[in-house]
This record gives sequence, structure tokens and C-alpha cells, in this order.
Amino acid sequence: MEYDVVIGLEVHAELKTNTKCFCACVNSAGQEPNTNCCPVCVGLPGALPVLNKKAVEQTIRAGLALGFNINRTAVFERKNYFYPDLAKAYQISQLVKPICVRGYLQVGNKKLPINRIHLEEDAGKLVHSNDGSTLVDYNRGGVPLIELVTEALEEPHIESADEAIAFLEKLRQVYIYAGVADCIIEKGQMRADVNVSLKPKGSKTYGTKVEMKNIMGFKSVHRAIEYEIARQKDILDDGGVIEQETRKWDDDKGMSFTLRTKENSEDYRYFPDPDLLAVNISEAEIENIRKTMPPLPDQLKAKYMGEFGLSEYDADVLLQFKNVSDFFNECVAEYNQPKTVCNWITTEIMARIKTETGAGPILISKQNLVWLMKNVDNKKINRLNAKDVLSAVWGTEKSAEQEAKARNLIIDIDTNALDEIVNKVVLNNAGVVAQFKAEQDPKILNFLVGQVMKETRGKANAGDVMAKIKELTK
Amino acid sequence: MLELGIKEIREKILKHELTSEQITKAYIDEIKNSKLNAVVEVFADALTKAREMDKKIASGFSGKLAGVPIIIKDNILVKGKHASAGSRMLENYIAEYTSTVAQKMLNEGAVLFARANMDEFAMGSGTETSYYGKTFNPFDITRSPGGSSGGSAASVGGNLCAAALGTDTGGSIRQPASYCGAVGIKPTYGRVSRYGVIAFASSLDQVGPITKSVEDNAILLEVLSGRDENDETSDITPVANYTAFLNKDIRGMKIGVISSVEKMMKGLDCEAYYNKMKQFLTKHGAQLVPVEVENMELALPVYYIIAPAEAASNLARYDGVKYTFRDKDARNLEEIYRKSRTQGFGKEVKRRIMLGNYVLSSGYFDAYYNKARSLQAKLRADMLKAFNNCDVILMPSTKGEAFKIGAKVNPVDAYMEDMFTVSANITGVPAISVPFCMGKNNMPVGMQFLAPHFEEGRLYRVADFVEKHKEGK
Repeated sequence: MEYDVVIGLEVHAELKTNTKCFCACVNSAGQEPNTNCCPVCVGLPGALPVLNKKAVEQTIRAGLALGFNINRTAVFERKNYFYPDLAKAYQISQLVKPICVRGYLQVGNKKLPINRIHLEEDAGKLVHSNDGSTLVDYNRGGVPLIELVTEALEEPHIESADEAIAFLEKLRQVYIYAGVADCIIEKGQMRADVNVSLKPKGSKTYGTKVEMKNIMGFKSVHRAIEYEIARQKDILDDGGVIEQETRKWDDDKGMSFTLRTKENSEDYRYFPDPDLLAVNISEAEIENIRKTMPPLPDQLKAKYMGEFGLSEYDADVLLQFKNVSDFFNECVAEYNQPKTVCNWITTEIMARIKTETGAGPILISKQNLVWLMKNVDNKKINRLNAKDVLSAVWGTEKSAEQEAKARNLIIDIDTNALDEIVNKVVLNNAGVVAQFKAEQDPKILNFLVGQVMKETRGKANAGDVMAKIKELTK
Repeated sequence: MLELGIKEIREKILKHELTSEQITKAYIDEIKNSKLNAVVEVFADALTKAREMDKKIASGFSGKLAGVPIIIKDNILVKGKHASAGSRMLENYIAEYTSTVAQKMLNEGAVLFARANMDEFAMGSGTETSYYGKTFNPFDITRSPGGSSGGSAASVGGNLCAAALGTDTGGSIRQPASYCGAVGIKPTYGRVSRYGVIAFASSLDQVGPITKSVEDNAILLEVLSGRDENDETSDITPVANYTAFLNKDIRGMKIGVISSVEKMMKGLDCEAYYNKMKQFLTKHGAQLVPVEVENMELALPVYYIIAPAEAASNLARYDGVKYTFRDKDARNLEEIYRKSRTQGFGKEVKRRIMLGNYVLSSGYFDAYYNKARSLQAKLRADMLKAFNNCDVILMPSTKGEAFKIGAKVNPVDAYMEDMFTVSANITGVPAISVPFCMGKNNMPVGMQFLAPHFEEGRLYRVADFVEKHKEGK
């Protein structure tokens, strides 16, 4: 039987703020276990949370970047459950009145509706040691987290693993460009829970959804979704019934397992946190955040393709990493030749920074790159030589101009001198010249150009040389 | 010397008629000989601290509490000191930081020398649920001192300290103060910081002073009050000069009386004492004004939904994983939770945790928690309206005199102890209990006054007058 697939996502991202969500501990990972915590984030008796306003601002920023409505009053609630990484045995979260309601994300040609974004605190981490004991590290406890929930029960919605990944990648891009989160997947700064349901093709009634938690990395999300679709298809094809449950994805085994079924699902007993006041958000505050919103990927893409005339492919390559598009924008501001700048960046720069998981830092100044591009365009340096200079100054403090001068690569040979050398090469290679006249083989022409370039030690412009040789061998 | 209060002790110390060490030692000796079981622990460094304070005073320090020995309830944190909230769960818990209220007192020169017994996690009205044993009433050791701040009130009434701090979630300062012949105030919610006070029900908890006189109470509340950046719910309203409200008459003061409250008194001992207070007030020129707060009797059920709900969540952190009691035989996580909590908490605490989780659980949330919240809003609005027509409201503090130890067998009976006090917590207004007369069993009886939010000054004015002009004065 044919089925429609309905996929919902719950995406958590750690916000970029100086301090944690409800205390003064710094919001940064990497410390020794349990050295970045205080009475509040460890939930000691008598400790009270105090809301970090910056976390609210960042949540609003995330919402505005995704076209959300911002609630004028938001409320924090307690989500009660026992787990050793949850110091207070409740998580401060939002249920009834989240900060952001109703937004969307444009993915390809689908405008996918999003139900909400709310602000909450992260839990600590369990560390299982070899001797079978388990330790708790509370450093991550209290880090501000935003949870986004897609609207799966409306059209359009996510219908495949590929679309889910495209959604996540686009979302990640938006968060990074808006400056709300770094979303480094390997550090767990962005995590997704997935729910999947199937219904007979064309049916208006939605099927029973199955949730999958604990999926690390987008590749695993893809695998987990594919697995779940296949699993449900098998059950339904055999006339079985899908049970509402939460499953845990095991990436090593490539399978998911039942974590809990509907009967023993947790009752979180949410209620408004009496330690925290309701958050009032003013129109002025929202406007202020809107005004300081950095350019977002879709806006930049439109500009690159429209104003700059770049291809969609090139625009996407530039926008894949924010440091790359930032660098592109800066270079274009200095040297208004977007296509040239794009070519250099998408080839020379990308080749040097691209890693398996992302992009490293760009280790050349915009002044150096702009100098090289300008002088190649002005025929003051050969493209190949310019690339050598780029390599030489990469990762150093050197100036490209001085490096090119030191290597004697500036094209400063005058026309008379060049004519002399071309004449000399044509005379010295009479046989080859005769062959070229007869066969017009471009390889032979290139050989002759090469000879001239050798004589000039690369300081002539190859195009000019070729034109002169053609002239002499007419 | 032991019967001295904050004001006299400070004055004597500053006049070199007494040292902090002398008075602190006198109280410590008295505690050692006391049969009241009001104090869980005298801090080992108490006399050292008193001596240090004497030196500081000798070099010119004259803080508002200079050298005064004060007892804190066992749920108020002082860094490096045990704080157990009367529970086995926190038997070995040592505070990592100092509460704002303790710090404010220390800044003014107080010697915080001991911690007082209390009902476990402040859940109780008789100081009978403490893991550290029952506390007895200083006026009659067969009777309860009330609770949950029974240790604090008994320490004040029994002259084991100059003054004490209590906490009041549903009456836990005012009811024991009434039973022990002490002055106790529950300040406006948000007047005093809760930072570093072991939470029972966060939206209702307030710290307040239990003292031997109204003046001492005003002095101490002034020290405790004010906005605290560590507590979002603490208020920015400026702190009034409470002692300025003392030594005034009550002529022309409008005293509100509520018919639904008077109905609640029918058949109780307090009715007679209440009527006596009405006569006293009119005799001295105050005007009794009937005001209406509908369904005041619902404050109690509202309280017994909201308070357990918050408590269930607040006490979930005591899970056997971190700093609390842990059952040594627990073999896995589930057992750590179950066995540690089963043994670490007493019966009443477990009862309220179950009650709280029940009213918050899905399917019951609207019927209980949300309904209680909307009733709370209604009571609060009615209360505010009532204050449009009066300056303060008069109510009994308690049903009568202190009850006999062990008399409250049925938990609901015990809950009824809060019937006149919970309304102030539910509506957030300040309320004071001031000793008024002796009851039919020759036990002290207090009367209660309530004022609008942040109008503690009015309470001190009327309570101070009652203290100075009541029968036998």
C-alpha cells in the first residue's frame, strides 16, 4: 500500500549568551566537570532562579528571524520529572505561554509552519564510567535552550527524511546568521527529536505518531526517520496497528527501541513557576531586536542572485558558512566585482578551509585577497602567480603586495621590451612557427607563449603575449 | 536578663552594661537546661562570634542588632552551618551559602547562635512532625507551641533568645507566636527575600520576626526587608521606617471586621477573645467597620491545594542523588529515589507531596489547581476592595489556646489550625499576631491584624497600642 509520511520535529538549540539562563554562571562549554555551577543551577536548597534578560532577547530574535508572533506576556512553568542530570527534579520551561508563537521556515518551495519556540534551561550530563558507575556533570545545567516545534498536522509539512534534514540545515543556518546560536552539532548545541506517522495515501486522517529521542547528528536523524518509515510500513502492510510510543534510536545498531509506551508516559505536572515573574515584552523591545537583526540567508541569497548576478549554486556555496559569506560581503564592499570575488572565494578560499564537518577560519585578510584580485584583473600579476602569493601569505601576517614584489612577480615589462622578446622567440623557433602556421594547433601556440613567459620570468601577461604571437605568425 | 529583647540588649551592650558574650552564654546555658526541645543545635562557634562582636562594638560598631543573640529557624541558611528543615532528608546538609535574611542580620551585628526546631519542611501546625522530636510550649509543656515555627516561638516565649526568625506559609509564624505569647508578623509577600530559605510553597512563603515586643518586631523587620536581586519575587517598594509607627493612639482608626470570618468563629474559644478585642478597640476610639470578603472560609481549601502543589515540586530535588539522605541498600536509580524518599521524609511531608502531585496531574489540574488559583484571585480582589473601607482588618490568630500535644490525630484537624491565618498568605497581605489576653486555661492568646500590601506600619501602630494598653498593663 502507498502511504503519506508526516514528520514533526522538535529542535533544541543552545542560545548564545554570556551567562546561563537563570544564574550568573558563564555560558560556555569545556570546563572541568562541576566547576561551572552555583547554588542556583545545582538546585541547592533555598536557591532561586533569576531570569537572564539576554536569553529572552535571543529567543525573540530567533522568533523574528522565522516570522513568529511574539507573546507580550510569557510565563515560565515547571516541568517535573526525576532524572539525576536534572538537579531540581524539574526543568524550568514554558508550556501555555511561550515567547514565540506561529512562525514558518521556507525550505525549497515549501513554507513549513512552525508551532512555537519556547525558552527553557538545559539539563546536566551523565558520565558513565568503565567501572559501571555513573557520575553527573552539572556544568551544562541551566544553559539557555530554545525548543522549536514544527506544525506537522497542517499542510505543507515535512514528508521525507531528506526534507527533514533540509529543514534542520536551513534552521541551523538561520540561527547562526541571526546570531542566536552557534549550533555546533558535535557539541550537542543543536539536537532534534523526531516524530513520524503514516497514513494511507490521500487520507485526511492522521496516523498514530511515534516519537524518537536522543538522536545525535543530522545523519542519524536521516537514518532514524528512514528506519521508522520502513518499520511502520511493514506493520501497516501486515494489517498491524501502530502503537503510540517513544523510541530510542541506537545509531550503532541502526535500529530504534521502545523507550516508553503511552500507558507509562510521563505526566510532567506543569504549573507556573512561582519563583519567576511573568515576562512582559514591549513593542519597543521587539522593534529594537528587529532593527538589529543581521541579514538572514534568504535575504542574502536574493541579493547575491539579483543585485550581484551570481548563480544559485554559487550563492548557496557562499551562504553555507557564515564566515564565508561575511568575508564575501566584506571583500565586495572593498572591490565591487561580486563575480570575481565569488570565484576566488568558492575555489581558492573554500579549498583551504573546508573540513569534514564544516569550515575552519579564513586565514587571509580581505586587503590581501582584494589586492590579488584587483591586480590579476589589471593584468599586473598572473593568475597562477597570484595563487602562489595567496598560498604564501595564508595564515601569516605578510602583505600580498610585498610578497609579490619580493618574488618579482609584478608585471612591469614595457611593450617594446616584450615585442623584442616575442620577436626573438619567433626567430629562434622558426620550425615550430612554420608548423603552427600550417596546422593552427593551439598546443603549438601555447608552447610558444610558454617560451615567451619563460623569457620574461612570468612577468608578462599571457593573453597579451598570445595576441602578439598570433599577429607575428599571420 | 534572659527576658530582655532586642532593643534592651543592644542598649545595654552599647552602654557596656552587658557583653554579647555574656548574654549569648546565658541563653546557651538556658537552652541546655531547657526541656522545651525548641533548639535543634547551638552553633559551635556561637561564643566566638559573640566575642568577635564585642570587639567590633568596642571599636565603635553600633549596628541595629549589635551583639543581639538571635535564633533562626532550621530552614534558613548560614554558610557552613547545618540546615535540616526538621527533616531526616537534610540531616547532614551543610549550607553552601548564606541566605539574604541571615546576611542582613549579620551585617547589623546579630549573633546567630542556634537553629530552632520546626515541623518538617514547615508542614505542620504543632512542631510535632520534626525528625528532631516534638517541641513543647513554654507556658505548659503538655501543650504544643504551635507550628511550624514552634521552635522559634517557644525560644522567644521561653526566653532562650532575644528574638527569632520564623517562616510563614499558612500561619507558621502567627499561630505559634499566639500560642507562645510572642509577637509574630508575616510580612507582605515580596517584602522579605526568600533567597537561602528552604522552600515549602514558593508563592506563599515569607520570613518574618518572632519577638518579645512589637517594637523589637519593627526593628527586626526593618533589617530583613527590601529588594534582593537574588529573588525575583522580592519587591522594589521602599521599606518604611516601621518604628515611626509606634507610640501612637488608635483613635479614628478604621478596623475592618468580616462577617464570613465571624461565622467561622462560631463555637470556638476565640470568639470570646475576639469580642473582647472589639470592645478594647472601640473603647480606645477606633471605629469598627464591617467589610465583606466573601467565602473567606475557602481560603483554607485553596491553600491546601496550592501549597502542596508547589511543595511537591520544591521537594522533588531531595532525591537521594546529591546532598540528601540516601538509603545505603539502594541498588539502582529507581531504588535510590524510592527508598531514600520513603525513609528520608516523614509521614506528613509524604502526604502533602502526594496531595500536590495529585492536584497537578493531568486530568485533575483544572479541577483542583486552576480552580484554586481562580478562587485565590477572587479572594485577593475582595480583600483589596475591603481595604478601601478600613485601615486594618481584625481576626483571631488561632481557634483558641495552644492545643495539647498529640491532640491532633486527624490531619484535617491539624489543617484547621490555619483557618484564620491562611487568608493573609493566599492574598499576599501582611498580618501580625500580637499577644492580647490569657485564655480559659491560662494560656496566652494572640489577636491578628491584617493590612493592605506593604502597609506593615499600620500593623505595628495598632499592635503596639494593644501591647501597651491591654488589660493588666
